[in-house]
Amino acid sequence: MSKINLIIGREYWTRVKSKTFLLTTFLAPIAIVVVYGVLIFLMTRGSDDEKKLVIVDHAGLTQDLKLNKGNLVFSIAEVELDELLEQYKDKAFDGIIELPPLDSAQKSYNIIYHSDDQLALDESETIKSIFRKRIRNFKVRAFGIDQEQLKLIDTDIGLEPQTILEKDKKISSMTSVVSAVIGGVLGFMLFMVILIFGQQVMRGVNEEKLNRIVEVIISSVKPFELMLGKVIGVGLVGITQFVIWFLLLFIISAIAMPFLGLESNAGELMSNEVTQEIMKDQGFQDTMMKIMTELGGMNWAMIIPLSLFYFIIGYLLYASLFAALGAAVGDDVNEAQSLVMIVTLPLMAGLYIGMAAVQAPNSTLAIWSSIFPLTAPVVMPIRLPNDPALWQIGLSIVSCLLFSLFMVWLAARIYRVGILMYGKKASFKELGKWVFYKG
Amino acid sequence: MSILSLQNVVKRYDNHVAVDNVSFEMRKGRIFGLLGPNGAGKTSLIRMITSITRADQGQILIDGEPLNDHHPTQIGYLPEERGLYKKMKVGDQLLYLAQLKGLSAKDARTKLNYWLEKFEITDWWGKKIEELSKGMQQKVQFITTVVHEPKLMILDEPFSGLDPLNTNLIKDEIYNLNKQGTSIIFSTHRMEQVEEICQDIVLMNQGKIVLDGEVSAIKDSYKEHKFEITFDGTFPEDIREEGFKIIEDNDKSMIIQVQEGHNSNDLLLSLINKGIEIKAYKEILPSLNEIFIKKVEESNE
Repeated sequence: MSKINLIIGREYWTRVKSKTFLLTTFLAPIAIVVVYGVLIFLMTRGSDDEKKLVIVDHAGLTQDLKLNKGNLVFSIAEVELDELLEQYKDKAFDGIIELPPLDSAQKSYNIIYHSDDQLALDESETIKSIFRKRIRNFKVRAFGIDQEQLKLIDTDIGLEPQTILEKDKKISSMTSVVSAVIGGVLGFMLFMVILIFGQQVMRGVNEEKLNRIVEVIISSVKPFELMLGKVIGVGLVGITQFVIWFLLLFIISAIAMPFLGLESNAGELMSNEVTQEIMKDQGFQDTMMKIMTELGGMNWAMIIPLSLFYFIIGYLLYASLFAALGAAVGDDVNEAQSLVMIVTLPLMAGLYIGMAAVQAPNSTLAIWSSIFPLTAPVVMPIRLPNDPALWQIGLSIVSCLLFSLFMVWLAARIYRVGILMYGKKASFKELGKWVFYKG
Repeated sequence: MSILSLQNVVKRYDNHVAVDNVSFEMRKGRIFGLLGPNGAGKTSLIRMITSITRADQGQILIDGEPLNDHHPTQIGYLPEERGLYKKMKVGDQLLYLAQLKGLSAKDARTKLNYWLEKFEITDWWGKKIEELSKGMQQKVQFITTVVHEPKLMILDEPFSGLDPLNTNLIKDEIYNLNKQGTSIIFSTHRMEQVEEICQDIVLMNQGKIVLDGEVSAIKDSYKEHKFEITFDGTFPEDIREEGFKIIEDNDKSMIIQVQEGHNSNDLLLSLINKGIEIKAYKEILPSLNEIFIKKVEESNE
């Protein structure tokens, strides 16, 4: 047992101390935040060059028009369009907005923009939204509709679920949405972790085989101990990396978010205005409240330990298979790749089924693939926030446990023969034979 | 008392028998040569002794005990294909491998320091393996084989890739360890090294033992009664009629084979009687190389 600890220790520390680990662990989240920060900044900021636009109004929409909007500076034309078009070459303004005559029966309305330069996307959206509102008001007045009545025309529709037999179960309209998001995130994370660190195990095993140190080591420990030590060691590296990432993301976003928030509030920007409008909306606050209560109401006491269980089992299962592959293949990259494909396939299937299960967590396919051990580690966590039936969870746990034990055993059999086998092509038939080799 | 005893050991792979009913005894405290052409089954045999694989049939005893989980810590194995973790530092690597052999971290450090000082490589501790030359890596690998003071050492081609200076260094250490009581199995193709170093040998071919015993006894039993004579004077040609055969004639030195019914003294006496002056007289023993080739060819037929 102390030897397996030694192996775990070596696998863990050589990886954690390596430059690649430090780079990916500390730089990756910083890079992500920086990239998103820059992106958000650019998107909210738009262009800050002032754009002078002259409005020629044939529709009577420009009474009490605020003359500035973001980087757009409007002025009302004092001369005719023809003359303005003549003046364009003097570059005193950037473009002319021509508002054609408006009739209240019109369903569509085209504003014409005269200029040799294009408007930016947010600029044209701003202009359209300004006149959409004004045309609406114009029509409301023209039809003689009461402003107060108008506000009452649109109704917010909710669809509130109520349980019939399970009275204790708290559900609301947001339950399925929140469950889908949490489940999706969980499933995707498990998929990534298993794939990334499983392949690391494979590379580690293959390296040991190719540089032949394996012969020295398995003259001291059993091949199974070496394999398990590596699988566990690399798994712990994965956990360490995730813990650091979560902490870092938490810290960085805690620092960065208020800064970004302030930045976008300072400029009076369209996209921001939209969010502000939504914020003012009573419905939005209701939704937020519901999401928060939903998050609080999730059965975390079940979701967290079970997700951890599926992470461990799924990782153990696939990492052992990857270890067997690493032992079986030589230095032929193509040979390795085709075998990796086959091992990865059920995992990929699990992810696709899981993504469908986000929509329909209780479909037959979702239920059975959350019990089938090769896909369960990805699919079951996705279903967990939806409170799957207990018999399904129980069956899934049992099948996963039994199957992963079997797979670890099988992988160990292949591993033990493979790491000492040179120059033999690792076909599935060959691997099958290895399983039944003695000693 | 045997440090190692193999009794009817068999190892089969797929469709061939790598080790075919092999039995031999290795005496404690000896340097033992395990010889054979490529594919003779030496590596398969070594892998069973080092617990890397298990025998299909038969028994392996170490110091009288059937192979068990404690034995790996009592065996030091230097495989022919050397390998170390390239990215790992020398010190970390040595500590790790020593601890896998059952030493405590503290013990391992003390013993490693002894060896590093002995080889004058203490300043390598913080270097990565990939920064070392091949010969330097061999020294590190040798230390991993001996640091836990094994009762039985198995060295597979220990001198391959070493320059003459380092070869001598390692050779001296092998003798030293042997003097302190370590039994050593030495596997190689290099017959001159076997003749120089080994006391006993086993020669394998196609999974079977074809020759087994003390080096001096084997050479003795394969001798062809040839003698080399250096002399002054005219060589008496009529000596042929007396039951002696001239194998090689190099003017003032000759190789003569003594035929059945005579011995070396008879040859010497008759030469002296013919009045030539003998400068040197020595028996020519067959080299292990010759015996090796002869036995392998015989068993291949």
